[in-house]
Formats: sequence, C-alpha cells, structure tokens
Amino acid sequence: MSESATYVYAVTRGLDPAGLAAVRGVEGAAVHLVPDGDLAAVVSTVPLAEYDEEALKAKLERLDWLEEVARAHHGVVDAVTARGTALPFRLATVYRGDDRVAEVLREGRARFAEMLDLLTGRVEIGVKVYVDPAEVSAASAPAAAEPSGSPGKDYLKRRKEQRRSRDDAWERAAELGRRVDAGLVPYAVDVRHHRPQNPQLSGARGENVLNAAYLVDAGDTQAFAARARKMDGAVPGTRIELTGPWAPYSFALTEKPDG
Amino acid sequence: MSEPNLWQSGGGTPARTARPYGQGSSANLADILERVLDKGIVIAGDIQINLLDIELLTIKLRLLVASVDKAKEMGIDWWEHDPSLSSHAQRHGLADENRELRERIARLEAGSGSEEAEETAPRKGTR
Repeated sequence: MSESATYVYAVTRGLDPAGLAAVRGVEGAAVHLVPDGDLAAVVSTVPLAEYDEEALKAKLERLDWLEEVARAHHGVVDAVTARGTALPFRLATVYRGDDRVAEVLREGRARFAEMLDLLTGRVEIGVKVYVDPAEVSAASAPAAAEPSGSPGKDYLKRRKEQRRSRDDAWERAAELGRRVDAGLVPYAVDVRHHRPQNPQLSGARGENVLNAAYLVDAGDTQAFAARARKMDGAVPGTRIELTGPWAPYSFALTEKPDG
Repeated sequence: MSEPNLWQSGGGTPARTARPYGQGSSANLADILERVLDKGIVIAGDIQINLLDIELLTIKLRLLVASVDKAKEMGIDWWEHDPSLSSHAQRHGLADENRELRERIARLEAGSGSEEAEETAPRKGTR
C-alpha cells in the first residue's frame, strides 16, 4: 500500500461527525474528524505521492488543478460552517498522518479556542464595489472643443480632457468605495480590506474599487445586506456586490494584517 | 443555521439567490482563491510547500493584470479609439501638418545657399 498523508481543511469545535458523512474533499475523498478534547480537525486522507512537496509545487502552477482543489477545500469548509464554526486552514496544509494533526491541535489549542470564541455565531460577508469606466466616463464626457486648426494641438487637448474626466470618474468611484465602507462598518464586528480583484480572474464587469470582508453577527446579516442595497446604484456606472455568507476566512488569522 | 432571504432586495426581486452556505460549487473562483490561498489559518504542514510559492502564485495570478487587455481597460487604448487617429480625414490633416513641418526643416537645414532654389520650386512639386 502506498503512503498516505492527511489534508487539513479546518478546525472546529463540538461538531457531530455524522453531519459530514456525505461530504467529499479533495480527490473526492471522504472527510473525517481528528479530535482533541472538544476541538477537532476536519481532514481527509490523500495519497502522499500526490501531495508531497514536489507534486504540490508542480500542481499549484496549474490553474485547473488549483481550481479543483480550491473548490473542494472551500466545499468542506462551507459544509462545516453550515453545522458549526470553522477555522479554515490555508489551502494544501498537509501532514504525515492523523497523529501529526492531533499534535498540531494540542499545540495550538489555546489559540484555536480563542479564535473560535471570537468567530462563533459570526459570518463573513464580502462586499465589492465596481465601477464601469466606460459608463462613468460617458456620463462625464467633455463637450467637443472648438477646433484650433491644428490637428496635433486638438489631439493633445482632447487627450487632456479625456484624462481629466477619467480621473474624475475614478475619484468619484474611490469616494463611493470609502462611503460604502464607512456605511457598513457600524453593522459589522470587524473588517478587512482586500486588494481589488483582477477582472480577468473574476470575470466581473468593470473595475473593482472596493474589496472588503466584514465580520457580522449572524443576527445582523439582514440589516447589513439592507444597508448595502440601499447604497447600491447611488452613483451611475457603479454597483455593489455582496457575496457569502462565508466561513470567517478573512478573520481566521493570527495577526491583523495591514489594510 | 438559516439566513433566509439574506440577499433578497427590498422590492422582492432576488438580487442574489438566498443561499446560506453550500455555495461551494458556484461561488466565484476569484473569491474562493482569494480566501483559500491568502486567508485562513497558516500553520506549517509536514509537507513544506513554501508559503513563498503560494505568494508567488497569487502574484502570478494577479499579474494576468499586466497585459494589453488591462491597459485597454484602464483606458490606455487611445491608439485604437481616438477619432483623430482612426478617422481618415483627421489622419490626413495630421500627416499634412507633419509633411509641412518636415519640408520646413529640410529648407532650414539646406541653409541659405539653396534658399533661392527652394523658394522657386513649386510648393508641392515633383522633385
């Protein structure tokens, strides 16, 4: 029999293992719990050869493989979140067996418990503000200037005006992003600002000017969403998009990152 | 735990399907990658995938940005869309202006010795 390894998805507390019976992780493998007291790691067994250093290094470069594993990883975290609170682990955290995972749980117990206390009963909601540069520019397009008789001069003048109207559009979009953020913070326990997303990867229309995650008490999610909707469409050519609720990925960090 | 109608808009039109979790299959890949690669608990596994590798990877993914498409999206596409460069009449106008300037420079460079000949030559001659 070939060697196996243990892939960790999340740490949770007080989870009934029966609830995970139908859940499948990476490689379509069944998911099980590695308990340590009231804590448990949600794991599955994977072939070591597929998840050793060399294999991972090669495979992480392949977007199709990455997508598959990312979706499987997230699927398990999501399933745990539906039944309790998950502290999601970073993708492809792999140990040489369940015993090693139990050790990690023991060593990190205080930290895991503290984070679970903080995150239980709370969800992460993603908020993105997009601006459609074409639409916003069109709304503020400069009037055609009198021709000066010199095509070169006219050209430069037009370029300058176009640039100015685009700068205005960006400034207004950035301002909207700040306003949306300020409007939502009172409804949230905490916030993390992520880098704006690459439209090529997300496939979203327009430019992403705000990409934030809010930690919201489960009871406040309706009010939070209502507030976000109220601000949607306040500026022509912009839109607000909500995602989630997510497991608290953005808040399951040891240190608070900048921004 | 249920989140009924979380994304239901006030008017009754679902802005987003109410979907308390279980969105694993349909959530946006960019949103998922952002979280599973960049966020979450980071503890060294026994299998050392360099965290640097993952950072490089996300950088690589982000670098898809640094392309012509992105430039276009940012509006750096004037060579394609500017009417003064794509319209025929305007292009001729610019070309004429350039030719006049070139001719003037040629005359200046030729110096005073040939000025006379230059002056007597037809303006748009067939030299």
